[in-house]
Amino acid sequence: MEAIIVKDLKYEYYTRGESQPVIALDEISFTVSEGEFIAVVGKNGSGKSTLAKHLNGLLLPAGGSVCVFGRYTDAQELIWDIRRILGMVFQNPDNQLVATTVEEDIAFGPENLGIEPEEIRHRVKESLKKVSMEGFDEYSPHMLSGGQKQRIAIAGVLAMHPRCIVLDEATSMLDPEGRKDVMSVLKKLNSEENITIVLITHHMNEAAQADRVIVMDEGKAVLSGKPDEIFGEYRLLRQIGLDIPQVSDLYVRMVNEGLIKNGRIPVLIDEAEQVFTDILSGRKTSAGYGTVTARKTGEKIVEIKNLSYTYMAGTPYERHALRDVSLTVYKGEKLGIIGHTGSGKSTLIQHLNGLLSPTAGTVEVSGIIPEGKSLKELRRKVGLIFQNPEDQLFEETVEKDIAFGLKKMGLSDSEVNRRINEALSITGLPADILKKSPFELSGGQKRRVAIAGVIVMEPDILVLDEPTAGLDPQGSAGIYEFLSRLNESKNTTIIIVSHTMEDIARFCDRVAVMEEGKIIMVEETRSVFSNKEYLEKTGLDVPQITELFYRLNKKNQSVRKDILTVQEGLDEMKRIMGI
Amino acid sequence: MLKNITLGQYLPGKSILHRADPRTKMISTIIIMVLVFIANNVYGYAMLVALTAIALLIGELPVKYTLRGLKPLLIILVITAAINIFTYSGQTVLWSVGAVKITLEGILQAITITIRLSIIVIMGSILTLTTTPIALTDGIESLLSPLKKIRVPVHEMAMMMSIALRFIPTLMEETDKIMKAQASRGADFDTGNILQKAKSFIPVLIPLFVSAFKRAEELATAMESRCYRGDIGRTRMKKLAYTVVDLRMGIFIVLFTAVFIVSTFLPAS
Repeated sequence: MEAIIVKDLKYEYYTRGESQPVIALDEISFTVSEGEFIAVVGKNGSGKSTLAKHLNGLLLPAGGSVCVFGRYTDAQELIWDIRRILGMVFQNPDNQLVATTVEEDIAFGPENLGIEPEEIRHRVKESLKKVSMEGFDEYSPHMLSGGQKQRIAIAGVLAMHPRCIVLDEATSMLDPEGRKDVMSVLKKLNSEENITIVLITHHMNEAAQADRVIVMDEGKAVLSGKPDEIFGEYRLLRQIGLDIPQVSDLYVRMVNEGLIKNGRIPVLIDEAEQVFTDILSGRKTSAGYGTVTARKTGEKIVEIKNLSYTYMAGTPYERHALRDVSLTVYKGEKLGIIGHTGSGKSTLIQHLNGLLSPTAGTVEVSGIIPEGKSLKELRRKVGLIFQNPEDQLFEETVEKDIAFGLKKMGLSDSEVNRRINEALSITGLPADILKKSPFELSGGQKRRVAIAGVIVMEPDILVLDEPTAGLDPQGSAGIYEFLSRLNESKNTTIIIVSHTMEDIARFCDRVAVMEEGKIIMVEETRSVFSNKEYLEKTGLDVPQITELFYRLNKKNQSVRKDILTVQEGLDEMKRIMGI
Repeated sequence: MLKNITLGQYLPGKSILHRADPRTKMISTIIIMVLVFIANNVYGYAMLVALTAIALLIGELPVKYTLRGLKPLLIILVITAAINIFTYSGQTVLWSVGAVKITLEGILQAITITIRLSIIVIMGSILTLTTTPIALTDGIESLLSPLKKIRVPVHEMAMMMSIALRFIPTLMEETDKIMKAQASRGADFDTGNILQKAKSFIPVLIPLFVSAFKRAEELATAMESRCYRGDIGRTRMKKLAYTVVDLRMGIFIVLFTAVFIVSTFLPAS
């Protein structure tokens, strides 16, 4: 049976002050069979979410039709039936949990359906089990991690006994662990309960796990096929702002250079291991080593000594966030900080500009000890950018927002203008954006505006917490591009906290690894990621390409195991193949 | 800053107070609050203070933690006490300068007001510390349900309350985050006069409202997707039910009230 039939679906809407409608969906057609696992990918603004909202009748077609298990969404009397059989999970875990406890939240759907209390209770237990969250019945949502919240949201949908679940960017706000947990729950539901899954995402590693991928751009379905077929169209994908997994990238690059014949593109790590092992079989050469760049010394800019911090000391909620942390940061370096959610990363960076004061130990930033009067000066030297900084925009125009911090510095108008223009050019924003309202910009532009508002202060140190969270591949690449520019042109020290190991591996000189409030390792990026077993013990991943070469090294000692980027991987393959 | 508020928080537990029906607890709390205002002599106040202590004890609540709820109220307590001390026109003058005089009656009045306010706040805290927010709103919905007959949207009001309770921790976290982010951009919340301080909160309030509206919209969408359409055909997993605990509590409160009323007729010492 067909689970979803979308036929010539059209949807357009008007924005304020525009006479031409925005075409969000442009006569899109596709079908999903019952039991399929479909990924819908596309950059931000390609119409993915608008499509999702049509699948359960939250939006009704302006042209064409949507049919869910034989029910058309524009039939008013079937709408509740459709919403029961097609459950929806949204992006922000916080904004879809209704009740104050987990069990009440899962019960919310069945309660709306008018199911008997005994049966609801049974379904709550059953759903919690299916998402591996037994025992969390009485937790309140704010005590859970993002990944746990999303699993509860899925359980809430499961309790209504749906036949299909649509997830609208449901993994984009999660850390890698949460993402993995959600993915494994989805795969289990798909294979064991035959629930149809439609996963909307821009994480290509997730799309790679689907049976079929639909690629959207500008309201149209531009591609549809198995993951390896789709990734073969990498040129088109890149053109529309998407990317392909690192192992697939390595394969197509090798094909392009004529190193191997074109075959089936590996999309998952296990396949890739097999494919590349075959390519290398029988080839032996001297063992290779990467060049470890000399330890950056030079001028110290941050010196943290024996820092400890305790939240809510003396209450039942007391928590030791940092324990005896020591760290030196050198001027002009790019330092990455990695670790689990809750390992103390955020607490640590908030000490750098005095938002938090040490419970014990000392922090010194370019000679300043953050306290009292020196705080203002310090906050000018250290630009701290939190996750989703666009949430803090508030002025009428972009210009005023960027200048917010400058106003308090008593600079001349010409200096203010010079700095604003420079920040625009560093962040790659067009000059005509200044007069616009920050609220009418796209997500990626808002992010850049928010970062520009900190760059204008001309900080010596820029600290960013998850700078690319929620951005599509194109948006993320843009952010790292201008951070490199800033680092090179102004010798700005950059400290990045991120869960995206690929970005850290590509960008950072050194990496600090945190676990349970301690820094357990600070080394050059290459040495950190070549310690795969050690990182895995703390529950951290390495980039996919690093993982691949690590596995190849196990089978063939002459392969280097400390590969950080796809380019390095390509060079290493060439070296071993003697080209 | 916002950490001291115990009113509205819930501490999980299995005590008698935790197990009692929310309606019993709410009605009892209302009765006690009325008694606080009827109290007119030393015996009455002593009984109320004792009752508060008993409630803390059988609720198995950490005393220090509960009393911390009084902290934000401290300023109000001090001001009301001061006003009473300086303005109450009593007979027994203890000290006077010009028109200002302090009387024994004034001081007694200040003490009773302080006790009254404290008991009300502590009792309120005990209610919320031992009752989950959802049970509270269910209780309110149930107690007010007769009003449905005159078309008061009781269900909708209860739903709004429980959503508000659900989002208080989330919004508090968010406020904290926005304040820190704006401080990192050079915002200054601590210096300047009251007007400047109020103005410095604009960069916090605007983003907070923007995000609250966004949350509201997303939550409404999520609720619709989960088939919510008001209380039409809606059942509840947890139905409120009175148990033997409620019977005991009810009897206790009735007896207490009876003794209390008798005591108000006793002469003040």
